[in-house]
Amino acid sequence: MTINEIQDEIIEEFEVFDDWMDKYQLLIDIGNSLEPIDEQYKTPQFLIEGCQSRVWVHATLVDGKVILQAESDTVIVKGIVTLLLRVLSGCTPQQILDTDLYFIERIGLKDHLSPTRSNGLVSMVKQIRNYALAFKLTAQ
Amino acid sequence: MDSFFKDLRSEFPILSKKIYGKDLVYLDNGATTQKPRRVVEKIESGYYYGNANIHRGVHYLSQRATEAHEAARERVRQFLHADSTSEIIFTRGTTESINLVAFSFGEAFCKEGDEIVVSVMEHHSNIVPWQMLCERKKMSLKVIPMNDRGEILLDEYQALLNPKVKLVAITHVSNVLGTVNPVKEMIALAHAAGIKVLVDGAQSAPHIRLDVKAMDADFLAFSGHKIYGPTGIGVLYGKAELLNQIPPYQGGGEMIDQVHFEKTTYNVLPYKFEAGTPDFIGSTALSEALDFVDEIGIERIEAYEKSLLEYATMELMKIDGMRIIGTAADKSAVLSFLLGDIHPFDVGTLLDHLGIAVRTGHHCAQPLIERLGIDGTVRASFAFYNTFEEVDVLVKALKRIQTMF
Ligand SMILES: Cc1ncc(COP(=O)(O)O)c(C=O)c1O
Repeated sequence: MTINEIQDEIIEEFEVFDDWMDKYQLLIDIGNSLEPIDEQYKTPQFLIEGCQSRVWVHATLVDGKVILQAESDTVIVKGIVTLLLRVLSGCTPQQILDTDLYFIERIGLKDHLSPTRSNGLVSMVKQIRNYALAFKLTAQ
Repeated sequence: MDSFFKDLRSEFPILSKKIYGKDLVYLDNGATTQKPRRVVEKIESGYYYGNANIHRGVHYLSQRATEAHEAARERVRQFLHADSTSEIIFTRGTTESINLVAFSFGEAFCKEGDEIVVSVMEHHSNIVPWQMLCERKKMSLKVIPMNDRGEILLDEYQALLNPKVKLVAITHVSNVLGTVNPVKEMIALAHAAGIKVLVDGAQSAPHIRLDVKAMDADFLAFSGHKIYGPTGIGVLYGKAELLNQIPPYQGGGEMIDQVHFEKTTYNVLPYKFEAGTPDFIGSTALSEALDFVDEIGIERIEAYEKSLLEYATMELMKIDGMRIIGTAADKSAVLSFLLGDIHPFDVGTLLDHLGIAVRTGHHCAQPLIERLGIDGTVRASFAFYNTFEEVDVLVKALKRIQTMF
């Protein structure tokens, strides 16, 4: 599947619900299914401290693909993190840099990625892009 | 009594709004209160028909605006039961009031090695200005501890009062725990040791009768926006004898007597501390808000909010895994809690989508949250326009949220 096919798939999964609480129930279930990040990465070095919640993110390059691991202390943020990993983990650095993450807005969660939310998600996306850029530059 | 307060809701247009298709339940009054029509109308008419710079014009409009601003000062004086309007300084809010004292009192009375005492439950606004003073003057900040219920430990407080301490800065009501601190007693203890006291009244002014004379506060600060008034206006009360001994905070117009390049002399109180054009529209709107509160009666508000808090506490306690954070014997209209292991951010986000506005997180009191050993709380904070039915809506929502995890 291409990145955008995955994004469209997520949009479909959420589109069936018109009630906010149902959408959030799905997000919570998704968040609860997230594999915890390796303990060795749950350290200040990989921590993004938001005012409302905390996110840990780690990236490695395997065969030219960026493999992401992440976690949060809140389940809702974990849900969004899981969706971001589903879209971005396993992509090439260039793909990550080129991706427009339109699914967030389409499933109605844009607010969570607004800088004023300070839940760590904006910084997390920025951090993933920084990893991608660093991998790309070292590969060149 | 209930219906009396319910009728007042129509004064607040926002309270009949829907959020995500649900009736708004506004329980974030500790952050800021909603505004009644008459306050907003006062602002509107002020700008439409009463706008002219004050204290400097010979013309009619300027005279009227000056009178309105000074009448507002008199209104605040009455509200605080202060001796004189020269003790009432308009500021931008509690934060600016505290910064003013930290600077000006610090300049006049503090030196290297001195100490400032605050409590562990202070808002950042009543911590950081003192830390800045301590850094500037090489002083140290001492912290009054509390017990697990969120009550100040008076013995420990007393033990901190030594000749090096120049000022105690204490919140009247904790914005996280709701604790009403025994400020009168604390002030008496400080005074007995020759120490001045600043009271942070941000969370008490809207809920409790304030009397600066009876409590004998040296300084007291509060914000207009938390007491149904506009944002951007607040008050510093200070005893005249003290205000006369400390230097101005900012320089500019209004605060001067004579300006010469060789030497400038300062204006009398309270103008010495009001540099630049003050918010003379905001002051009159604040005065209107205080009229509103006074017409209802602060004692009546206090009694109603107390019953609301008791009801909410009782109903919330019935929820499995509920942890009330802050169980002091004397509490004001603040109710912090944790719903089982569910992160406050998750609870707050879901409550929001059910139309309920609460605050989550550390509430600008990180040292307190650290002391409690938690990551934050969910905070419902009440105003007199909140109802028992709204508490029921909150409880129902929390029960529903609990099933989602
Ligand atoms: C106890 C306390 N002190 C100070 C403040 C700061 O008030 P303001 O932001 O209006 O200056 C607040 C507001 O949240 C507060 O709750």
